[in-house]
Amino acid sequence: MGLEAEIPVLTTTVEKMVQWARRSSIWPVTFGLACCAIEMMAMSCSRYDIARFGAEVFRGSPRQSDLMIVAGRLSRKMAPALRRIYDQMPEPKWVISMGACASIGGVFDNYALVQGVDQIVPVDVYVPGCPPRPESLIYGIVQLQRKIDRTKLA
Amino acid sequence: MPEVRTETMTVNMGPQHPSTHGVLRLVLELDGETVLSAAPTIGFLHTGIEKTAEQKKWQQVIPLVERMDYLSAQSNSMAFCLSVETLLGIEVPERVRNIRVLIAELQRINSHLVWLGTHGMEVGAVSVMLYCFRERELLLNINEMLAGFRLFPSYMRVGGLREDLPRGFHDAVRAFLDRMPQKLDEYEDLLTKNEIYIERTRNVGRISGADAIAYGLVGPIARAAGVDYDVRKYFPYLGYETYDFAVPTRAEGDVYARYLVRVAEMRESLKICRQALDRITPSGPFAVADPRITPPPKDKVYTEMEALIQHFLIYSQGFTVPAGEAYVPVEGPRGEQGFYIVSDGTNRPWRVKSRAPSLLACQALARLIIGGLIADVIAVIGSIDVVMGDVDR
Amino acid sequence: MDSPALAALLRELVPAADVELAPSADRHTTVYASASQLPALARALRDHPDLDFSFLAEVTAADYWPREPRFEVVYVLVSMSHRLRLRVKLRVPGADAHLASVCDIWPAANWLEREVWDLFGIAFDGHPDPRRLLMPEDWEGFPLRKDYPVQIRKTPTSAEPLQVTAEEFRANVARDRLTRER
Repeated sequence: MGLEAEIPVLTTTVEKMVQWARRSSIWPVTFGLACCAIEMMAMSCSRYDIARFGAEVFRGSPRQSDLMIVAGRLSRKMAPALRRIYDQMPEPKWVISMGACASIGGVFDNYALVQGVDQIVPVDVYVPGCPPRPESLIYGIVQLQRKIDRTKLA
Repeated sequence: MPEVRTETMTVNMGPQHPSTHGVLRLVLELDGETVLSAAPTIGFLHTGIEKTAEQKKWQQVIPLVERMDYLSAQSNSMAFCLSVETLLGIEVPERVRNIRVLIAELQRINSHLVWLGTHGMEVGAVSVMLYCFRERELLLNINEMLAGFRLFPSYMRVGGLREDLPRGFHDAVRAFLDRMPQKLDEYEDLLTKNEIYIERTRNVGRISGADAIAYGLVGPIARAAGVDYDVRKYFPYLGYETYDFAVPTRAEGDVYARYLVRVAEMRESLKICRQALDRITPSGPFAVADPRITPPPKDKVYTEMEALIQHFLIYSQGFTVPAGEAYVPVEGPRGEQGFYIVSDGTNRPWRVKSRAPSLLACQALARLIIGGLIADVIAVIGSIDVVMGDVDR
Repeated sequence: MDSPALAALLRELVPAADVELAPSADRHTTVYASASQLPALARALRDHPDLDFSFLAEVTAADYWPREPRFEVVYVLVSMSHRLRLRVKLRVPGADAHLASVCDIWPAANWLEREVWDLFGIAFDGHPDPRRLLMPEDWEGFPLRKDYPVQIRKTPTSAEPLQVTAEEFRANVARDRLTRER
């Protein structure tokens, strides 16, 4: 941006505003696979309301969402579908790997599961647990928001 | 003159879909809005739990099988424990049987609440989900009180339970049981006489009783079609024959009937819970007194040598189960479930097979939605209450 | 009807099946039968009025490698009207493992037999749709066999193969444009 050299104060403020807009309205795509999806649903309900963190609606279509929470165990048969959904999301996009199975394969070290979704998609935040409590996942989303705050625009 | 071509449209309800209750792939062939054919594909959540279970010791299989049907987790672990205990030939104390009945019925209410919430949300009544999950939080608090974990407490063990009931358990369960009937009335107020809900669900996804049995569907689906098969009444276990409860049935066999049957089942479960709670003493034996299976209390482990050795053997080698096979059916929230286990006389299972009611429900799905509208597909999938963890294992 | 009477009735109805009663730890009657007589036995179980095993609860298998016969295919049947539970076990050899399908007798067996084929490699003759059920379509090997490893080191495929070539795609687009312009 040509403005950078001349008016640095204006650029920083724009960046902060864009970061604030992005972190305050992260809309996840519904990618609940297994048991972690139930805790994700509990997180979006009235006790651990995720709407107060900006994740107001879970979009059904990946083309209208920013965040993919991979909630649950990823089997080898599902891996191409995961990659396809990730590719369909527009930039900027983030991935939270929720639960032990998504992060590292969990308790299931066998032929059927991908041992960690970071073999398929780049992950921003890992949330451990089996399943993680809704508060853990909210903490993961808050960490993601802090990460977005640190992200430079250009 | 432009010619008019009509052709059918093939639509993929892919593995990622908000309303397929997990990862189910349906390839639908549509003529306008009418479904002509449906081809379900499953296996997107196949976790190889049965193969992994062959590598673990008997007691270690319990957390694995809890994660199969993740909505009726403690029903699963109870079914597994019953099968292993049958092979071992041990009989748990009466108090443990009553606690298991109580936990199983609370788990049934838990699973039906999730079903009702998600089904209502998919059909369009979004607030039903918020209501149901609110009550479910109370049940998860009870789970947490038992073993510190919300969804998968692993509280049931082979030989009994993991530890004694905590202080405050009776009060918490009683508070839930007192609150629940009025909340069930609230849910019924929202849906039962709601014209939109009735329009969307009456005469949708019909199946007759004989067809349901031929397809292996038992549980609420068959009971909504007039077949009153309930494992608790036909092949009682854990002393269910001493409890006073009814098995609700309807005759129509459509989505609305299944909804009514499940809500009535929740009320019956509350009745059973009250009876079970009255029989349970706040403290007492919580496992069979067999030194090979039940670990000794921790204070003895720290002071007595025999207890230390016993503790060490149980946690390093586990117990051996005599060679043979067993399958004890239980009535889970989705129908008959159970574990067919084969033992070769060692401390690891030879084969663990879970009878998955959701697998057969998924198989019958194609038959239920053909001829209906595409909007009915969502209502039907919701009503057969499939859990993909159970289908794919 | 208790277990010996049930086994005797089965022997009387299908003598060629060599029904032998086995000891059972749970409330099922366990019988071994010969694999070649499965269709006749299944029909007798479902249709005879004293049996009426209309509900097929389970079809599964267990691999007893390296013992021969290697597989045991297990059918769990329930008769609701007579409150009976039956477990029928058929011994199947490891080489060229196949059985007759019972899909036309109990429609529930369709996916259950597909799963046994997928995980054990036991083929079912006469099955209307003999494909894999749980594993990916192009998977090699039968995971629940005892000589199949628990964990395999194979990078997961996340790309799907293209289903049309570039020329086919261009031809499709051109044909579509022509039909719309008419």
